[in-house]
Amino acid sequence: MFRYWNPHIERMPVDDLRKLQEDRLRSLVRFVYAHSSFYRDRFKEAGVEPDDIKTLSDVTKLPFTQKIDLRNTYPTGMFCLPGDWVVRYHVSSGTTGKPTVVGYTQGDIDMWTDSLARALTSIGLGRGDVIQVGYGYGLFTGGLGLHYGAEKIGATVLPIGAGNTERQIELMQDLGSTAIACTPSYFLYINEVAQNMGVSIRDDTKLKVGVFGAEPWSDETRKRIEETTGIKAYDIYGTSEMSGPLFTECHLQNGIHIWADLFLIEAVDPDTGEQVEDGDRGELVVTSLDKWAFPLIRFRLGDLTIIDNEPCECGRTHPRIMRILGRTDDMIVVRGINVFPSQVESVLMRIPEVGDNYQIIVDRKGPLDVMSVEVEVTEQVFSDKIADLMILSKRVSKELKNVLNITAEVNLVEPGSIPRSMGKAKRVIDKRQV
Amino acid sequence: MVAIKQISIFMENKPGSLARVAKTLSGGGVNIRALTVAEAGDFGVIRMVVDDTAKGYQVLRDGGFTVSETDVLAVELKDVPGGLYEIAKTLGENNINMDYAYAFVTAKAERAMLIVRVDDLKGAVEVLQKAGIVIATRREVQNI
Repeated sequence: MFRYWNPHIERMPVDDLRKLQEDRLRSLVRFVYAHSSFYRDRFKEAGVEPDDIKTLSDVTKLPFTQKIDLRNTYPTGMFCLPGDWVVRYHVSSGTTGKPTVVGYTQGDIDMWTDSLARALTSIGLGRGDVIQVGYGYGLFTGGLGLHYGAEKIGATVLPIGAGNTERQIELMQDLGSTAIACTPSYFLYINEVAQNMGVSIRDDTKLKVGVFGAEPWSDETRKRIEETTGIKAYDIYGTSEMSGPLFTECHLQNGIHIWADLFLIEAVDPDTGEQVEDGDRGELVVTSLDKWAFPLIRFRLGDLTIIDNEPCECGRTHPRIMRILGRTDDMIVVRGINVFPSQVESVLMRIPEVGDNYQIIVDRKGPLDVMSVEVEVTEQVFSDKIADLMILSKRVSKELKNVLNITAEVNLVEPGSIPRSMGKAKRVIDKRQV
Repeated sequence: MVAIKQISIFMENKPGSLARVAKTLSGGGVNIRALTVAEAGDFGVIRMVVDDTAKGYQVLRDGGFTVSETDVLAVELKDVPGGLYEIAKTLGENNINMDYAYAFVTAKAERAMLIVRVDDLKGAVEVLQKAGIVIATRREVQNI
């Protein structure tokens, strides 16, 4: 049932894989130097020439790039091929600043599609599956990325996009969707609406797999999704700069496989930029090895993770990254303590009485930061006794304190009062005027 | 069993909360017999006895409220000094705890009722009846 899409590449011995990466890195460096004044300038500033890059470890000689570079060169200043090579653009929304534009040659699209074909195959999907793509289509990479990946493996695509929740559930039943791809928070909402419609995802649909990403989520949420709906929930990863969603866990659910022939990854200390020790948490930095309209050289993704270079038990030799804790820019600092919304989530989802939705509110009272967490009281646990409710809110508060070492006020709110999201959920409201 | 069903609703403590509940019940043609609001900081619990519990529960649920049903006793209070004392004493002497209680006077003002939630429903019924105190049945409460 669990197969390989491309066994030759996916199981390639580590030494051969590194050799392949090395060859591709050398070509890439020459390519960007020859084609892009942006990279030529950067290389000169860093005092490095293409010929200085001989082995994989030489990658650290190359300068970093980051999101701000993309904004500063808006729209296409970091592209390395002229516009007539580009067959598609995707554009990120740019809620904080200018939008960012990424472009693809036909080969780049094929690479993206192939990466997802390997990933979707690794979680047991293929011909005969009906994959409901509930990510947004259009400028966002999620919808179209999954769409082509799913078609490539011979599955049937239901390109419904995000939103229209009751229709999602009707079509899921009528067309027998076996898998859904969307944000985890949207899936929880779909499940909530299904319950209100009297539909049990476990009993009344054929759904068996969820491919969830585009926002950080926790293992506890995975557990909750799997227990309540009976599906297997897999983490998917990728950013628009890298193409879009590209990689998933395999069926063993033990880290996301990053195809090493396509991308070279490093984990660096976010402050110093030095590579961290093997097994330590660091900021993910990525260099593309087979992407040409808009290649990446040591692009800092801002996502914090741990890289595991040990081959997986599934037989794949490529490195894995552990679940993304969050982006450096998602992190909130409350009274000097770093908090990721995903950490709060993992505490909350461990407490069965707490509903699936939550919101973190950070405010400043006088000189002090205060964090409060709003959780919904579910009907299943609503007790007529005030004391029970107060015990629940104290218990949540205590768990948060234990895990995060931060005092948070817990407010119980009515079900449905926390806004639902069809895409990336907004988990933090920061009311501090900084 | 003489216990009657009370409806409890979880509410955030903010303006208009009770109005939404009242509007929903009125829309469903449900009449409130007795009501009390308990508040605990940011949230509160509205407890009520209505003429048609099943319908009240349904319209509130359909209206998106968090609702639960609880067994309580509707105990007749003699409308004379010492009426409450008699009930409280009987329960206390038998080591039965009252979680909460609220009273109302019936429409015809002939008698008063105490709605009480206890930690031992069966025991409470037994000792109250033994002491000659009248406990109203569901039908009686409905027909008030």
